[in-house]
Amino acid sequence: MTPPGHPHSKSLRVERLPHIWCQGCGLGIVLHAYADALEETGIDLDKVATISGIGCAGRASGYVNTDAFHTTHGRALPFATGVGISRPDIKPVVISGDGDLFSIGGNHLIHAARRNVDMLVICSNNFNYGMTGAQFGPTTPSETKTPTSPYGNIENPFNLVALVSSAGATMVSRWTSMHPIPLKNSIKRGLTKKGFSFIEVITPCTTGYGRLNRLTPLDMMRRLREKGKIKQVAPTEAVCDPRHEIILGDFIDVEKPTYNEVFETLTKRAGGES
Amino acid sequence: MSGTQAGRFFVHGDWACAEGALAAGCRFYAAYPITPATEIAERLAVRLPQVGGKFVQFEDEIGAIASVIGASYSGQKAMTATSGPGISLMLENIGLAVMTEAPCVVVNVMRGGPSTGQPTGGAQGDVMQCRWGTHGDTEIIALAPQSVQEMFDLTIHAFNLSERYRTPVFLMADANIGHLYETLEVPEAKGIEIVDRKKPTGKPADYRAFKADDDLVPPMACFGDGYRLYATGLTHNEKGYPDMSVEGQDRLVRRLCDKIRRDAQRIEMAEEHYTGDCDVLVVAYGITARSALSAVKKAREEGIKAGLLRLVTLWPFPDRRIEELTRGIKGVVVAEMNYGQLVREVERAAMRRVDFLPKLGENPHMPEEILAAIRRAKK
Repeated sequence: MTPPGHPHSKSLRVERLPHIWCQGCGLGIVLHAYADALEETGIDLDKVATISGIGCAGRASGYVNTDAFHTTHGRALPFATGVGISRPDIKPVVISGDGDLFSIGGNHLIHAARRNVDMLVICSNNFNYGMTGAQFGPTTPSETKTPTSPYGNIENPFNLVALVSSAGATMVSRWTSMHPIPLKNSIKRGLTKKGFSFIEVITPCTTGYGRLNRLTPLDMMRRLREKGKIKQVAPTEAVCDPRHEIILGDFIDVEKPTYNEVFETLTKRAGGES
Repeated sequence: MSGTQAGRFFVHGDWACAEGALAAGCRFYAAYPITPATEIAERLAVRLPQVGGKFVQFEDEIGAIASVIGASYSGQKAMTATSGPGISLMLENIGLAVMTEAPCVVVNVMRGGPSTGQPTGGAQGDVMQCRWGTHGDTEIIALAPQSVQEMFDLTIHAFNLSERYRTPVFLMADANIGHLYETLEVPEAKGIEIVDRKKPTGKPADYRAFKADDDLVPPMACFGDGYRLYATGLTHNEKGYPDMSVEGQDRLVRRLCDKIRRDAQRIEMAEEHYTGDCDVLVVAYGITARSALSAVKKAREEGIKAGLLRLVTLWPFPDRRIEELTRGIKGVVVAEMNYGQLVREVERAAMRRVDFLPKLGENPHMPEEILAAIRRAKK
């Protein structure tokens, strides 16, 4: 069923719509912002590879009308590294979730940022493992009750912005799905910027996190709007607590030689031709 | 841009493997350092930049194999090399390579296990792991070199098979071969047969990324080719999109397995010595096959009609040939550097018990040990 005249018929595989995500979920807004950004930048869609891991957010790659690959859990980043290093003409874009990128794939995240491979990472953070039923993860606020933390989460959450900044990312931003325009603008910048760019998007998991914490989809959206505050702060000060305050904005934007640029000088030293 | 440096060299097996990869057209290598496979990485770190290729040292073996699949989908011939512990970490993504039909080569220079085991001690303890280690139903191709020359030749062959069948191919070398020094002859590039994956010829709009030809292998478009392909580790239809139906699972898994099963006899490679009239058949592979050949020759000198079947492909397993060679003979001897792995396959194919010579610890079998077993088996 192809929606006639779909506004994203260029950048999305519209024949695959509707998507699988729940009502009130923020992932559709992230996909929308990405599709807008692809079209507005005018980037050659044949030279973009959209790569995802496992989980709700991981399904995004299947709706995007670029080359796309749905990898194993946590491995979108090393897969994208293989693409970006072997084919410098292709821009890998990783769209995945907080559990995929920061728990099972956490080691790859810090190393991809450290290498400064030219890629854009869009991480939807919904503070839980949505697809498996809202278990706590590496971003879940302390004391939150989830199916695997029935007495309250005893662990401490990562601050993704602070973590990725300290690992060496050249662009780091955070928005929520209630801030689609600045989100789109950050994605556009990340698409054209050379280097490892990271955008965190806070999205509501209405079916999992919301239902278990007695929050309606509307409550969750209102809360993102109320708690989300745009501030110019250092990444380590960029608090992300959905109960109190979520600091939004562009935190890092610097230029550094990319892995491929440095590799070119290595190739010359080795006497080869790239 | 040829990666082939023709000539005669006195080198170790890992070096030969690296040169074989370059000769096959490998231009992307990713790995994590591990004994006894590290020398492959060290050689390729020198050589790949010289030929315009990319060498990447990863944070772990999981990242290495994932990047190899990414490079493969980007149109490169790609390889990783490791040892048993690294293979254990890679197996999930080797399943992804099977599922998404990503041609790539995985080298396992085998050391003693389980766990950290004996890092510098050669073994053949992963021959079942490579066959069955990833989850679900798969067919796997695995080759076992017995010399430095074969580390070169079979690495090229592994690439050719992976490109032809769009599947990961294992090169299963024992550390004894990986670290062995002997003469390597590298031919001129024009004398080396190179197979490249089939590419689609139709329009991108008509492309079905997982629609196979009669050989059950789909032509492969790559990222950047303009085909806008989508691939997933989920069960998928011909377009590549997720398909959770009963029929979808049945159709895909059968095709992925059958593209190799149907061609098994074409893929199988073995070397036979004195098998025409043998009473006792020795089955061996890797470094062990060299001791076994020596033992078979000594047995012949004693008047015992012994023969050797040296397996070059471990998988697919040559069931039919083993059944033919063992029918009605007095004895079958299997020697391998583990505590009983491929021997079970020989017993299954021969439909009889065999004399088994296990070997634990880094030293290969002595010819005398195998000779003694041949004498016992003759009775």
